Amino acid sequence: MTRRHLLLAPAWLARAAAQTPNGKKKTLVAIFQRGAMDGLNVLIPHGDKRYTALRPTLAIPRETALDLDGFFSLHPALKPLLPLWQSKQLAAIQATGSPDPTRSHFDAQDFMESGTPGRKATRDGWLNRAIPPTAKPSPVRALSMGGTLARSLRGPAPAVAVNTIAGFQVRDNAQSDFMSMYAQSPDAVLKGTGKDTFEAIRLLESINKNKPATSVTYPTSCLGQGLAQIATVIKAGAGLEYAFADTTGWDTHTGQPARLEQLLTDLAQSIAAFHKDLGALAGDVTIVTMSEFGRTAKENGTRGTDHGHANVMFSLGGALPGGKVHGTWPGLEQEQLYQQRDLAVTTDFRDVLATAIRHHNPATDLAKVFPDYRFRPIA
Amino acid sequence: MLRQFLALLLSLSLFPAAPTKLNKDQRALHAASRLTFGPTPIDLASIQKLGVDKWIDQQLHPETIPENPALLERLKTFETLQLSNKDLIAKYPRKPAPGGDRVQTVYRELAEAKLLRAVHSTHQLEELMADFWYNHFNVFFDKGADRLLVTSYERDAIRPHVLGNFKDLLLATAKHPAMLFYLDNWTSVNTARLRGRKKAAGLNENYARELLELHTMGVDNGYTQADVTEVARCFTGWSIANLREDPQFQFRPLLHDNGAKTVLGQAILPGRGQDDGLQVIDMLVNHPATAKFISTKLAQRFVADAPPPALIAKMAATFTKTHGDIREVMRTMLKSPEFRATSAYNAKMKMPFEMVASALRATNATVTNSLAIQQELRAQGQPLYRKGEPTGYYPFAEEWTNSAALLSRMNFGLALTQNKVRGTRIDLAQTLNNKTKPIEIAQALLLHAPAPETLKAIESKSETNPAQIAGLILGSPEFQRK
Repeated sequence: MTRRHLLLAPAWLARAAAQTPNGKKKTLVAIFQRGAMDGLNVLIPHGDKRYTALRPTLAIPRETALDLDGFFSLHPALKPLLPLWQSKQLAAIQATGSPDPTRSHFDAQDFMESGTPGRKATRDGWLNRAIPPTAKPSPVRALSMGGTLARSLRGPAPAVAVNTIAGFQVRDNAQSDFMSMYAQSPDAVLKGTGKDTFEAIRLLESINKNKPATSVTYPTSCLGQGLAQIATVIKAGAGLEYAFADTTGWDTHTGQPARLEQLLTDLAQSIAAFHKDLGALAGDVTIVTMSEFGRTAKENGTRGTDHGHANVMFSLGGALPGGKVHGTWPGLEQEQLYQQRDLAVTTDFRDVLATAIRHHNPATDLAKVFPDYRFRPIA
Repeated sequence: MLRQFLALLLSLSLFPAAPTKLNKDQRALHAASRLTFGPTPIDLASIQKLGVDKWIDQQLHPETIPENPALLERLKTFETLQLSNKDLIAKYPRKPAPGGDRVQTVYRELAEAKLLRAVHSTHQLEELMADFWYNHFNVFFDKGADRLLVTSYERDAIRPHVLGNFKDLLLATAKHPAMLFYLDNWTSVNTARLRGRKKAAGLNENYARELLELHTMGVDNGYTQADVTEVARCFTGWSIANLREDPQFQFRPLLHDNGAKTVLGQAILPGRGQDDGLQVIDMLVNHPATAKFISTKLAQRFVADAPPPALIAKMAATFTKTHGDIREVMRTMLKSPEFRATSAYNAKMKMPFEMVASALRATNATVTNSLAIQQELRAQGQPLYRKGEPTGYYPFAEEWTNSAALLSRMNFGLALTQNKVRGTRIDLAQTLNNKTKPIEIAQALLLHAPAPETLKAIESKSETNPAQIAGLILGSPEFQRK
């Protein structure tokens, strides 16, 4: 943003921009794929001869997949992301996951979002703990797309859940009445939520009024629309530093081929559109994807896969060198599988998240984000 | 020094640490708030007439309370509610003829009926229990065939047992095609006996896992992954006959794994077919972890987000003693000092469905078409019958206190009181008895005095339109609590 732009911009924008030396913020975007993505059919180990044998009807044929390095290929539906791989911005981290053995969606999502596998009592989320205290935070410093605040962003640092930017307003000129009512309320919980709400309302209203037109078309899915709105806030230079979006439906116990293709098409198109929309700002945006666990190495009897263990995560924006599959391949031989059924974890998911956090803000206190955990750099 | 010591002694004896009690009015309002979808002056009058305990007893026996005849008349107009699975499928084929009936009608009638019952039924506790148990045994409406199965699921598997026996309820859900389809058990087979493939190649653990984790014992309460697999083997063959035309529960012996199994350390003898699953259900109902888990979930919904362990212990003891008599577990909870403690008073955050239903009850609203209300519930994060995950919705405050949802609540309050919610009408002047002072409006809608801070905010307004003031009250912090 140039000085001239600042002069023309509304006062809040100038204030937000003035908070950093270069007038803009870096943004970390976490994407959660709920339901447990079948990582083995996403980052496909064609170099492991057991792959096809384990999946007689579900294996993606080598000739239709997108070859990455002779060993791994990408699912063909991820084609929109291939240019980002080739330009070395997109990286994959294989065989990632949690040290906790749970195969419950609820528990595994909870552990991944709290960032404390095996510990249920943790009240706040890893992404919230990654937010360092600051004197005058932007009201939209942390955004969670959707009706409820994501577990990852729950915690003491202010974070706002937003369905749509345009609709984020109090109707009938009642805003100031509600504002004074909540500001004075003896209900501490709702008083706090109210404060976050009204600050965000004013800022988002301004962003919505001033947003430039975009020629990029996003998918109409939750994820696509969520990322579109995150891009709008980033482009406004409003001080967004931590964002969360999710995509659901990855629990492919049955009829997997068509469903996975649809989900991956949406994922790839949404991220590709987001990257294009950000333009030059994309260099300041780190994206990391995650899903609560992987799926059984072997297909089940119903054209699907059941709850498994390790999975693949993706990183976009330079947290890890792109165009490369990181991590260690544990192998698919029976004795190499976790509990003789699932891909084993060789990289803790916290190492991937920590790498993304460090890239986003090197000053982050990782011991606070992942308590009782010793960070190991990704192999 | 001596004086301080005496003062300390005095304070210790006069103010013991026991929970302070609610006064009579608070007790009545507390019961009405927690055991209905939002207190109305009629509920309060009924409680004051009968006394709290008798009123609770009556609500625990809904068959003794005449149902609202206007509600029954209205529900009669919803044709799909009475149809069997077979008739629903015949009427709503997957590819409807041009101008034919749309499957959306099924959802519309189901969701509207749930809302109307919550708002107008005289069996308020029963309706809360129906909501609780559907949520506990959640099925996602939009999962394929379930769109035509959920109507019967709620009507035939859930509602008859909401205050009955937990085992009947569990078994009814286990056998209903909606659940068999939702958690994939109908596809889980022992293919070894069919095609000579490797044993358990067609096993699907989804239902078995949620049965243990979400329906009975609770996660981490004494079972292992091996138990999940063994339970899945026990339920192979619990399937659906004729899914396309007339879905019914059917045990298919040929798909069942008849080998010996071990569940929770107990042997399941080989060759017993359907009895494997029945034995597992029996074991689970009588397992102490189930008594504790079900008691905890009930107390989290009705008493506090973090209910006192002493209360859970009492409820679990009743559950065990009565072999899962839900009514008696509820009675233990509702008559406990923990339920009536001041710490419980107005301490629960309303879930979105509770907030919306309570606003409609407080304003005596008439809903002729609930589409806009259903969209509102989606915006607040709780679309009816549409929780994808088998966990159901959480009753915890932190789940619902976020900016987007709070903003939706404020806007809904304003829209409702100004008659700007499509399909819904209120007569505010009549509801308020033509009262127009801010304090009177607040009292009429909250049934208790507003916080001084809230009162100040509505009294300091330059504009004194009663509808707007009523909207501010529905969006106030107090109205979000129960």
